[in-house]
Amino acid sequence: MTTSRRALLAATAATLATPRIAPAQQAPGVTANEIRIGSTNALSGPASSYSVISRALTAVFKRQNDQGGIAGRQINFIVYDDGYQPPRTLEQTRRLVEQDRVAFLFNQLGTPTNSAIHRYVNQRKIPHLFLATGADKWANPKEYPWTIGWQPSYRTEAQIYAKHILEQKPDAKIALLYQNDDFGKDYVNGVRDVLGPRFDAMVKLASHEATDPTIDSQIVSLQSTGADALICGIIPRFAAQAIRRVHDIGWRPLMFMTNVSVSGAVVMQPAGPEKGIGLITSDYRKDQSDPAWANDPGMNEWRDFMRRYIPDGELGDNNYTYAYGVASTMLQVLRQCGNDFSRENVMRQATNIKPLDVATLLPGVKVQTQPNNYNVIRQMQLQRWDGRSWVRFGGVIEGANV
Amino acid sequence: MSAAEQTAAVPLRRPETTVAGWQRAALLLAGLALAILPAFLLESFQLFQLTMAVIMALAVLGLNIVTGYNGQISLGHGAFFAVGAYVTAILMSHLDWSFWATLPVSAVVCGLVGYGVGFPALRLGGLYLALTTFSLAVAVPQILKHKAIEDWTGGVQGLFLVKPDPPSWAPFDPDQWMYLVAVLVSAACFLLAWNLIRGRIGRALMAIRDHPTAAEAMGMDIATLKTRAFATSAMITGIAGSLSAVAVEFVAPDSFTFALSISLFVGMVVGGVASILGSLFGGLFVLFVPNIAETVSKAAPGVIYGIILIGFLFILPDGFAGLLRRLYARARRGAG
Repeated sequence: MTTSRRALLAATAATLATPRIAPAQQAPGVTANEIRIGSTNALSGPASSYSVISRALTAVFKRQNDQGGIAGRQINFIVYDDGYQPPRTLEQTRRLVEQDRVAFLFNQLGTPTNSAIHRYVNQRKIPHLFLATGADKWANPKEYPWTIGWQPSYRTEAQIYAKHILEQKPDAKIALLYQNDDFGKDYVNGVRDVLGPRFDAMVKLASHEATDPTIDSQIVSLQSTGADALICGIIPRFAAQAIRRVHDIGWRPLMFMTNVSVSGAVVMQPAGPEKGIGLITSDYRKDQSDPAWANDPGMNEWRDFMRRYIPDGELGDNNYTYAYGVASTMLQVLRQCGNDFSRENVMRQATNIKPLDVATLLPGVKVQTQPNNYNVIRQMQLQRWDGRSWVRFGGVIEGANV
Repeated sequence: MSAAEQTAAVPLRRPETTVAGWQRAALLLAGLALAILPAFLLESFQLFQLTMAVIMALAVLGLNIVTGYNGQISLGHGAFFAVGAYVTAILMSHLDWSFWATLPVSAVVCGLVGYGVGFPALRLGGLYLALTTFSLAVAVPQILKHKAIEDWTGGVQGLFLVKPDPPSWAPFDPDQWMYLVAVLVSAACFLLAWNLIRGRIGRALMAIRDHPTAAEAMGMDIATLKTRAFATSAMITGIAGSLSAVAVEFVAPDSFTFALSISLFVGMVVGGVASILGSLFGGLFVLFVPNIAETVSKAAPGVIYGIILIGFLFILPDGFAGLLRRLYARARRGAG
């Protein structure tokens, strides 16, 4: 009994006396031969189809490490599962920051999940970079200077549609159909950004709940206002209904559909492909199924990467082109850092990206940031449904600067 | 159910006459000291995890009272957890209440909701009750998003709130203080639950679970006891929800999906059905096993979690509490 107690005491004393063994750190998460980056994603649960993004990011960093890393350092990319549950996102983020001591956070997935850590990372001044979510709230450098998104927000998308309408029909009457939640309201805000004081005179609004069975009555009442343009910020199920209904009642507005709801299989086929002819939407990525990119150097670079690092990856999944684009942006920021990977410098570089071409983005769509503008991708190109597929037209259009 | 029947007899046993009152008090103090110790040993992230584990343990305790001791299966305790969290969040972020003031309100609101759910539960037995409560768990996140109450609940965006500040006289950082708050509130609830179960009411609850007809014949008011058991249970789980809201400093409908209700149920079964101490193990399991599963395989953490769970059910069919009970019995036999 006494020996075991003595052994226990000795063990405890030894544990307490052991200094924290860790290589000399130059900045949090950065040593002479390593940069540690943390992320969370839904590796399990209902949103886990997005987990391929983490897989692709890991592969891009592996390729970079194979090529010698960044400034002689290997990138160590740590991803934890949050199951798309906000409390677990906070838990895993704290694990990354406080236990794994990552230099910064990159491309965490989801709007509610990132909301849960929004204040934590800004209080601790940890770069919270290039999030995988389309909400507009991440571009708020005044209140949350350490958080920055990446993809164009719904609001930017709506600005682009409004600009196009003004170009085509300067005195258009615009009907705006939106889902009554944060997603839908971003479209209202975007159109308001462009029209400013003319908004009330030019725009007629109609909203619906995600739980409504149909949106027929909203369509009919919007038609009766005499509008000649229609912008829809609605989810796929209602998009199919709206396209069909607008066609069936003989209304022929210049019609725009959110790029969330333009999938051929989910929206256009159920609506009736011929009923959607002339419908307009937008994109910022190269669509890998578009024959125009068969010999495109950028897409060839991406295909070569896929073949060598993710040979079993589904090439039709556009999460891979997304991940390749966002990882390229991250690498650019790291290269810009030179030899100073302190959190302050990483954030400074992340918010000072000069207009940059990225392999998987459409020509003319640039990645860029300024300290007072955190909208990383501000341009998109319009595309029109020709009855069989989406056809790009016109040049890229930039969202409003607000 | 066999596990529950086996264990049913145990709490009925009279307390050990050899354990004097002062010894029991000393044991209690030692337990409390042990619970507080991590606040000074662990780093803040691990302390945060442990805080969440204590909170989950409290939620599992609530479930255990109605399902373990009273035999009414509830798959919807995540709903009470959500209500507790939202009551605290709304009072703190809209009305600037202090956290402590919101606790009783949250307990009362959850108690009332639980009482309300207890009534249909009288008519629905077994699987039907399980499904009814399950539908509650599925409905609550959507109700929280509803337009009519969006101004209060913050809709999809949720609400932000802040941890209670440590009092100025105490040398604690906010994480340590949050842990201590969680431990103290939970310890009080565990103690009260233990008292309740050990006494007349607890025996009545178990009698109703094991043989309702006999219990009624002996003069127990089944309807009153069942609805009140539901209310108490919802109250305890709601308090856990309040604690979780301040520990995470954020509430959103997505934080309280039906997966939460299921993991509470898993925690109860793994910890030990109808066991106060088992709830504690249940809380630890709920929080830490998904993390362990993830370190084993990032590609399929769900599969590993399932395997660990099945393993536990094979090795410990009556939960952690059953294991402790068997070890204790063996030690006594060895000694005697």
